[in-house]
Amino acid sequence: MNTTNSLIASADWFPLVLSLKVAAVATLLALIAGVALGWVFARKRFPGHTVLEAVFMLPLVLPPTVIGYAILVAAGRHSPLGSWLREHFDYSIIFSWHGAVVASAVVALPLVLKSASAAFAGVDRSLEAAASTLRQSPFSVFLRVTLPLAWPGILAGTLLAFARAMGEFGASLMVAGSIPQQTQTLSMAIYDAVQAGHDDLALLLVVVTSLLSVTVLVLSNRFFSLR
Amino acid sequence: MRAFRLLSLVLAMALPLGAAAQQITVSAAASLTDAFKELGPKFEAAKPGATVRFNFAASGVLLQQIAQGAPVDVFASADQETMARAAEQKLVDTATRRNFASNALVLIEPLKEAVGVKSLQDLAGTGVRKIAVGKTATVPVGRYTRQVLEGVGLWTVLEPKFVQADSVRQVLDYVARGEVETGFVYRTDAAVMSEKVRVAFAPTTTMPVSYPVAVVAESRQKALAGDFVAFLSSDAAREVLARYGFGKP
Repeated sequence: MNTTNSLIASADWFPLVLSLKVAAVATLLALIAGVALGWVFARKRFPGHTVLEAVFMLPLVLPPTVIGYAILVAAGRHSPLGSWLREHFDYSIIFSWHGAVVASAVVALPLVLKSASAAFAGVDRSLEAAASTLRQSPFSVFLRVTLPLAWPGILAGTLLAFARAMGEFGASLMVAGSIPQQTQTLSMAIYDAVQAGHDDLALLLVVVTSLLSVTVLVLSNRFFSLR
Repeated sequence: MRAFRLLSLVLAMALPLGAAAQQITVSAAASLTDAFKELGPKFEAAKPGATVRFNFAASGVLLQQIAQGAPVDVFASADQETMARAAEQKLVDTATRRNFASNALVLIEPLKEAVGVKSLQDLAGTGVRKIAVGKTATVPVGRYTRQVLEGVGLWTVLEPKFVQADSVRQVLDYVARGEVETGFVYRTDAAVMSEKVRVAFAPTTTMPVSYPVAVVAESRQKALAGDFVAFLSSDAAREVLARYGFGKP
């Protein structure tokens, strides 16, 4: 028990705090994009909408290394976007925790998108129609009718997305690197601990990650069943 | 008749065992990738019926794999410390341990848009934002780098700029992509990517960069493994290693 206490006391908790921070920001970005896209895919029918929806869902099935490489190509040193950012703002997402946020947001987006799309599709259109006859603008209809009916589904998807963002590894490692005290998230810390043979530290971090993820998933399930 | 057919069936099933009996797995440090890939076929040609499989990663990672029971026959590491740890954990047959090559630490820059680092002190300047180094826990080149930088009192000063890589080849990749301004690799790695990186200068290491090799204690192919270790010191192998930039042990 004493060794466990001293292990917990001496363990570096920066990865946990960073993982929570990265997952929170990434989930927020995924939420905004996911709700917007989810509404478009639920309500609008345009040519190629199935293909477009599939493209946005791709990060769910693509290997994280593909996503990591794609981000490197799109925002790396020699990419148009990357060199523009570096030249004008002296800024790069590579080897910065912002890169981990981008990678996590990309993998979390499909989860919010699918849940939001399903939630919006499940809202009774006649209620929205009734609201418009009562002189509500389309945005007001969205805010006061659609969203309140769809929010449990959206929230459930968002919680899933948060758990996914917390567990991101691979894409974030390629883009942000595992720099201790700067970009080393919980999953990267576990990887480093195992590689270096620090099994007890690895076990501690694994337990912490698992407890966190289980909590988030249980919460998410409760909101899914609320629908 | 039935007994004969049964016997031939059993013998036929034993054939794959015979074929596998001549295969060894060599876990070698990442910096040995190109040289060993060329040495493999040469060894197989010298020993008909033998096949060599390679497994390249940072020496510390390879040690971990062997400690966890990976079926490896030969272990070649990029520094004495990792091999010493292997010997301490009784993972290698110390009687077979020998040095077969040496290398040198160099500081590299991307070929395009290089900052122009001329000395270790330049690394502390504002032009250098990120420096790629190997993880000191598992990557020998990271440890050689720390030795060199601690020697001039720059290790702790430069720590915020470090991007830690899993292997020397990853350091090379970071610099080749231009995502970091400089990185520490071996002379042999810089030569492999000479179209993307250039050597800025070669700092002197207090400890020589020496590569030991040994047969793994749990190997099932001790004889063939021993042959591979001996092969690494042969003239043919030395010629290949020298071509890639490795020095004498």
